[in-house]
Amino acid sequence: MIPFTFARATSPEDALGLAALEGHRLLGGGTNLVDLMRKGVEHPVTLVDVTALSSDISETAQGGLLIGGATRNTALAAHPLVRTRYPVLSRAILAGASAQIRNMATVAGNILQRSRCAYFNDPAASRCNKRLPGSGCDAREGLNRYHAILGGSASCISAHPSDMCVALVALDAQVHLLGLAGARTVPLAEFYRLPGETPQIETVMAPGEIITAIELPPLPVAARSAYRKVRDRASYAFALVSVAACASVQDGVLTELRLAFGGIAPKPWRALRAEQALLGGPVTRDAVFAAMDLELAEAAPLAGNAFKLELARRTAFAVLADLTGETA
Amino acid sequence: MAISVNGTDIPIPDDPRVSLLDLLRERAHLTGTKVGCNQGACGACTVLVDGERVLSCLTLAVQADGRTVTTIEGLGDGATLHPLQQAFIDHDGFQCGYCTPGQICAAVAMLRELQGGVPSYVTADLAGPGAPTAEEIRERMSGNLCRCGAHNGIVEAILQVAKEQAA
Repeated sequence: MIPFTFARATSPEDALGLAALEGHRLLGGGTNLVDLMRKGVEHPVTLVDVTALSSDISETAQGGLLIGGATRNTALAAHPLVRTRYPVLSRAILAGASAQIRNMATVAGNILQRSRCAYFNDPAASRCNKRLPGSGCDAREGLNRYHAILGGSASCISAHPSDMCVALVALDAQVHLLGLAGARTVPLAEFYRLPGETPQIETVMAPGEIITAIELPPLPVAARSAYRKVRDRASYAFALVSVAACASVQDGVLTELRLAFGGIAPKPWRALRAEQALLGGPVTRDAVFAAMDLELAEAAPLAGNAFKLELARRTAFAVLADLTGETA
Repeated sequence: MAISVNGTDIPIPDDPRVSLLDLLRERAHLTGTKVGCNQGACGACTVLVDGERVLSCLTLAVQADGRTVTTIEGLGDGATLHPLQQAFIDHDGFQCGYCTPGQICAAVAMLRELQGGVPSYVTADLAGPGAPTAEEIRERMSGNLCRCGAHNGIVEAILQVAKEQAA
């Protein structure tokens, strides 16, 4: 690890001033950033510890939740209001990483965590356009079992690794940002950029902006929600495919539906096309598969990950069938 | 500028690159905590910071400033073993022993989490308390790998202590 200096931010304004400086990176739990520094992927001049910023979880006037960016993953998953009103979020967080890592990792850090692509994480021997723009992508012809089938580009097919964010995008979470130009709010669904020709630019954050909080809207349908993660071992592994869903059924037809996927795209993937196709109809295998075919119409699978097309269809049906009590 | 490690103050290093793991082993000479992968994948370096289990390999020592750290050396009182240490012996919860300090530190905090109502991915009812079952323990201990494959003994040891604590 190359030398760096260490600073602490005690207020959002404090963090803001430091975040805007050249080579400064914000440090939450460090579960990703410290590892990337040791591997030589990240080389900040200064780390700014922001774990003293807000870790409050409070109800908003509208009946939603405001979650401080420094909230630890465990604290969010275990919060009584999250467990009862947004169970999909608890389940998704608990599906990720290990208990030790969830105790350390912050919510803002989870959102801003970086790719687990083996080639991104291997500066000594691999080409990666995200790590070194223009150097090439070794994943396209290499090991791409964990990579994206949707939303990737010729330059990058890295999949977003977060479980938490899949639930957040299904819940219409908003990201509260603070920058030198002021505060603004961006829906998480519009927060990430697809790689295109610039995979090194991952979000819409302006230089120096920081995440201060995440806001969940009041969402009664979320009380009936689920998260299912399919992976290579039963626990402590990244998703091959994961599904977050909230659903409400009346008289045998879906009256409300939120559906999002992890493991298949460079960002947590809200399946709006599939939602539209399914609303107003019953949850049957045929209906879910047809809706998923619409969602996956532009999929560009590769040698190692084409299985995700079928896995995504089947997992979506399994989750929706469980959630709505259908057995067909 | 110090970390209380098993009741003794250890000064914070000048170089912020020093991990909590390296501080414990190389400066405090507490070599019970083990270096496994050094990248957050194996759990061998698990210690308790303010009572919560964390990975000391990915914690910068400077981030633990002012906190209380407990390592495997701090669990027993020097004469008697911690109940989990004894249970690991009784149930053959190890072969080579390299992952054991991390397993035991993780288990100490895990039982507290379970008793405190923190749910896991396999907890059926998120609103209710979790139960100390083999399935729960396997899920909650998944961050600690054992390459000897002593997991059955590890689960049995933890189950026994969970039952004793509940009694």
